[in-house]
Amino acid sequence: MVPLEEVTKMELPADVKKRLTLPFEEHFYAGHTACQGCGAALGLRYVLKAYGGKAIFAIPACCSTIIAGPWPYSALNAPLFHTAFETTGAVISGIEAALKAKGYKVKGEDGIMVVGWAGDGGTADIGLQALSGFLERGHDALYIMYDNEAYMNTGIQRSSSTPYGAWTTNTPGGKKHFLEQKPKKKVIDIVIAHKPAYAATASVAYPEDFMRKLKKAQTIKGPAFIQLFTPCPTGWRSPTDKSIELARLAVQTAYFPLFEYENGKYKINMPSPNKEPKPLEEYLKLQGRFKYMTKEDVEILQEWVLKEWEELKKKAELFG
Amino acid sequence: MPKKVVSGNYAAAYAAKHARVEVVAAYPITPQTSIIEKIAEFIANGEVENLQYVPVESEHSAMAACIGASATGARAFTATSAQGLALMHEMLHWAAGARLPIVMVDVNRAMAPPWSVWDDQTDSLAQRDTGWMQFYAENNQEVYDGVLMAFKIAEHEKVNLPVMVVESAFILSHTYDVVDMPEQEEIDEFLPPRKPLYTLTDFENPFSVGALGTPADYYEFRYKIAEAMEEAKKVIKEVGREYGERFGRDYSQMIELYRTDDAEIVFMGMGSLMGTVKEAVDMLRSEGYKVGAAKVRWFRPFPKEELYELAKNVEGIAVLDRNFSFGQEGILFNEAKGALYNTDAKPIMKNYIVGLGGRDLTVNDIKAITKNMKEIIEKGKLDREIEWYHLKR
Amino acid sequence: MNTLFGEKKAKAEKMVFKSVNEYPEAPITLGTTLSNFTGDWRTFMPVVDESKCVRCYICWKFCPEPAIYIKEDGYVAVDYDYCKGCGICANECPTKAISMVREEK
Repeated sequence: MVPLEEVTKMELPADVKKRLTLPFEEHFYAGHTACQGCGAALGLRYVLKAYGGKAIFAIPACCSTIIAGPWPYSALNAPLFHTAFETTGAVISGIEAALKAKGYKVKGEDGIMVVGWAGDGGTADIGLQALSGFLERGHDALYIMYDNEAYMNTGIQRSSSTPYGAWTTNTPGGKKHFLEQKPKKKVIDIVIAHKPAYAATASVAYPEDFMRKLKKAQTIKGPAFIQLFTPCPTGWRSPTDKSIELARLAVQTAYFPLFEYENGKYKINMPSPNKEPKPLEEYLKLQGRFKYMTKEDVEILQEWVLKEWEELKKKAELFG
Repeated sequence: MPKKVVSGNYAAAYAAKHARVEVVAAYPITPQTSIIEKIAEFIANGEVENLQYVPVESEHSAMAACIGASATGARAFTATSAQGLALMHEMLHWAAGARLPIVMVDVNRAMAPPWSVWDDQTDSLAQRDTGWMQFYAENNQEVYDGVLMAFKIAEHEKVNLPVMVVESAFILSHTYDVVDMPEQEEIDEFLPPRKPLYTLTDFENPFSVGALGTPADYYEFRYKIAEAMEEAKKVIKEVGREYGERFGRDYSQMIELYRTDDAEIVFMGMGSLMGTVKEAVDMLRSEGYKVGAAKVRWFRPFPKEELYELAKNVEGIAVLDRNFSFGQEGILFNEAKGALYNTDAKPIMKNYIVGLGGRDLTVNDIKAITKNMKEIIEKGKLDREIEWYHLKR
Repeated sequence: MNTLFGEKKAKAEKMVFKSVNEYPEAPITLGTTLSNFTGDWRTFMPVVDESKCVRCYICWKFCPEPAIYIKEDGYVAVDYDYCKGCGICANECPTKAISMVREEK
């Protein structure tokens, strides 16, 4: 473990520091074993930057369990409790309760942030109950679901967050055309049904927007939830250098629009509701997992995207 | 403090309150509910400070939340029973593996199906491999004392393991008895604030807990748990003795011996049924039978040494199991028999499976068992090793 | 210093445990992943052409390790001890100042 003060003690000239759009200090250590081009690793790096070492993390079974480092090494300059798959929502509730019982300040500028960092499998499926409990009880903590759209750590099996038409190892295409048949489960809608203090979607291609949302989660009292879009070259069969491009295209095609929910109001950040989103093809063609889709499959998925986008735009109008 | 007339569950709630627990995360299940209700009442009446009550959405989450809280340095407590305990199973391993001194009251209740809410030991014994210590209470006083001692033992620097205090469904949980509770100041002296082995609030030198342990390292961590369990035997005796010195009830024996000195036949068992056995022992003694009772208080760590001391001086041990491990035998019987195998103590041992699902064990049952054991001792051999005593034939 | 992590990187070392007594009581970590040089994962390595670099720091922003650091003169450099050669920096650079070059080992 490294004392906090030693992290990036490098001094930068003022004019350089001014041009940085993210905090300079690094609290995520290189040398971790994330795949090349991993969106999740980048996402975790951002969260650690946002909270500057005054955050306690709980991570369930997921890729980040491995990325965080095998014993005796840690990739995080922050306290981290590794926990069982389905328990993230419950563990962060317990940590928050303990901090309060002991009189610590939770959230706020100088308070301690309690962060659950879980994958889509560990949230949308097995972890849904604990997430619901956490939201309903209103704990002052943040739950981040980083979404790479499958159970990646166990070797790319489908989750309820896997989109229609995607290849995974248990929806592998083949002669009987057995690709993922179900639409992507909208976890964000389930979360919003709990009327949390703050809910938002974010993407690693827009880190400034993500930082802003992390700061909001830190200042608004009550439970916060962020669904972060994190491409996975290994599971998506995409080139490792395209991860940010994919995270950007997902937003620009309105496949994964960025929006916020606060005080019963919806606010769309990106893409612009006044313009046509980019055609989904541009996003799909960069990923090998979609190559087994027929033309009909692509149309179905494109229709789903536009329908969900219309719904969101209507919500933003009605509850804006 | 004047003595209180309380149920076993209320005794547990008072003990948690007097131990100044900081986080209680629990889910309701019959017959544990009144523990949690009582604690909620304390909060509502402003009788406790710094207690965070988390009404979780399942027992699995209850243990997970207690684990999060305990890892953050807080004194954590919960309670459950049967199905709830079984649901927590994965996290019981987690609590012990993460070396967290959580205290939990388990109200011994039969496992479904068929549904049952009555006294049965299979639920807690099925968790014996998780690394939790287990204390079985005979009466409401022992529930109270057990919970207080549990915190001190669990948090001891040589232990750092969670403790389960087990009480009988309804027989103890819901029946009222006189319980002596010391003054809060005396308890505070006995049980000072927790000094955690580690805490997640260490931002100066942050670390992760429970990272991937490859075959090169996992083995040593498991040994450390085993070592702590062995150390726990000493700590249990120390704390039990201290408790006796401070509050007048000594718990330094892991097996409580009742009239066993010159006994030919000893009844061995755990929990509330041993109260009945002691009554029967007195009756039988007055009829001339040389019988005694050995109440196993601590099932984990298993009191091998004390068992040996007892076993080498008796002719027959009737082990009463209110539980069963299918495909084997009664669990206490199996463990006791195994513990004596490599020793020179070779009493005749017979397993009586009694009271499953809350079927009543009476003094007459003990008398009948005595007669059966006497015959066996005379013949020098067992009629059968396992007797499903309460079976309707 | 040619590294993001200053002295910590210099101090980081692989730990080997020979006896049970060397282990902590609970499974808590004792060091950082900085001792693991993932640079040997690479097939291609990013090369920065400072003449094209406009110091926008987009590459620094998007590196998942992170293995790109900012020098005192404001230009960026790669910590090849950790860089896995994913190519995100080259792909995102707005002036194409970074090229992925096949590494000869």
